[in-house]
Amino acid sequence: MKKYINDLTVCSNRRLSDDYFILGLTSSNALPEMLPGQFAEIKVDNNPNVFLRRPISIHDVDYAKNVLYMLVKIVGQGTQTLSTLKVNETVNLVYPLGNTFNMDGVTNVILAGGGCGIAPMLYLARHLHQKHIKATILLGGRTMIDILEAKEFKKYGDVFISTDDGSMGEKGFITNNSIMKKLSSFQRLYCCGPLPMMKVFAAIAKQQQVDCEVSLENTMACGIGACLCCVAETDKGNKCVCTEGPVFNINQLKWQI
Amino acid sequence: MADLKVKIGALEFKNPVLTASGTFGYGPEFEDFLNIDSLGGIIVKGTTLEARQGNAYPRMAETPAGMLNAVGLQNKGVDAFINDIYPNIKHYNTHIIVNVSGSKLEDYVTVVEKLNDLEHIPAIELNISCPNVKQGGMAFGTSCASATEVTKAVRAAYHKTLIVKLSPNVTSISEIAKAVEDEGADSVSLINTVLGMAIDAESRRPILSTITGGLSGPCVKPIALRMVWQVSQAVKIPVIGLGGIMNFTDAVEFLLAGATAIQVGTANFIDPAISEKIVHQLDAYCDNHRIRAVKELIGGLIV
Repeated sequence: MKKYINDLTVCSNRRLSDDYFILGLTSSNALPEMLPGQFAEIKVDNNPNVFLRRPISIHDVDYAKNVLYMLVKIVGQGTQTLSTLKVNETVNLVYPLGNTFNMDGVTNVILAGGGCGIAPMLYLARHLHQKHIKATILLGGRTMIDILEAKEFKKYGDVFISTDDGSMGEKGFITNNSIMKKLSSFQRLYCCGPLPMMKVFAAIAKQQQVDCEVSLENTMACGIGACLCCVAETDKGNKCVCTEGPVFNINQLKWQI
Repeated sequence: MADLKVKIGALEFKNPVLTASGTFGYGPEFEDFLNIDSLGGIIVKGTTLEARQGNAYPRMAETPAGMLNAVGLQNKGVDAFINDIYPNIKHYNTHIIVNVSGSKLEDYVTVVEKLNDLEHIPAIELNISCPNVKQGGMAFGTSCASATEVTKAVRAAYHKTLIVKLSPNVTSISEIAKAVEDEGADSVSLINTVLGMAIDAESRRPILSTITGGLSGPCVKPIALRMVWQVSQAVKIPVIGLGGIMNFTDAVEFLLAGATAIQVGTANFIDPAISEKIVHQLDAYCDNHRIRAVKELIGGLIV
């Protein structure tokens, strides 16, 4: 897929909570095709302490309105600065980057997003829905304010929720949600979130022989396979998460699970 | 339109803007963003005799106005370069230069012997300055004796333009530059990354898997400028300057300090189109200052 470097215009910046916001970005040109799981490298201006671009996953694309949505968690100075972007300001993106989820050969799947790992799952759910693949969605977080956009997800499938403190959905870790008892009824598990969470999902999926794809969030510099900083260990050696990921089948990864 | 041509040894470059090894892949990674043929040259990823996996993740830490890396020469080896990569890039209408790295003297020699035969590789950059490999690499470039030894052996085996890339992690970079000049190097490029480290105060652990790594970006530019200035006074061969060049004014500064050509490195990560922009802006700078040939800028510092 062709990659672009473009200035996009902020058309919305919706604060979801202290930690999360959704940027809406538009352009006078038609946005290029983007796939679920892909991401953009966003340049952070006006902060001398931020040098590198920030990789942010594509949350959703509304081609009718020509708007790209990015759900961002504030984790440091880069994302903090991005959170202050105002409508009509421009921001420079290198995008779309990375691969996508495998949506072939399945009719019934489950998506699991923990915390900010929810971000790429909405666009995946939209694509699965368009392909008439039945999607069940599992969202998890520490508390109810970490459960983002649950209403949006309901458009595309049944939604199950876990919070560590029980403030929303079932109490406990997302990996212990009751829907996981039925994991073997699904043909594939897609997941994104903190590494320990993904490893638990991967271990359960492997044990129950359910195909499983994970989206990794390694720190990176260039985003286009040049710097070789973001590598994951795979069965075929070190692979760039930015170009050969971020989505990997767990069978490719050298995880001790 | 100014005359942007410069010469390194017997080799003429259409302009002085090259891309630095390890920051530009092999070229195809950047084809969506710029016209590779507009550049003076590209220096491809450090290539070793055998394939290397590089160091464990994490390999990168962002720092104020820069970054540390500890990639450790991950590459598929010289044979894979020749068989799988070279056929896909040899059509570029720009100079493709291979950065040659190694852990043993014999490895360097074997690699350059293989590269001799490639029609579209007119030069190599001998990397005796990688800070991220346990053996060899920077060890060759931090004493005059070892820099002499490896340059002599490679010069005897390689028949085209030989550039030697120098480490800033030395007491006197000028002495090393003179040593490699005496052994027949056609040019020296400097600086490779500056050895540094980053620590996570919360976990009390180093951020890089290797503890230390190579610092690059605008934070190293003053060091690089100073070293280019010193080395260009000390040697007669052309100097290629790099270290934190982010825009055309940085490029002009390196030329004024004495560099004949420059390399754009870490800036490629921030703006993948920057190297071509620098070519055009350098041209405009010359026009604005009524400079007919970019060569007039080389060593043009007024002191």
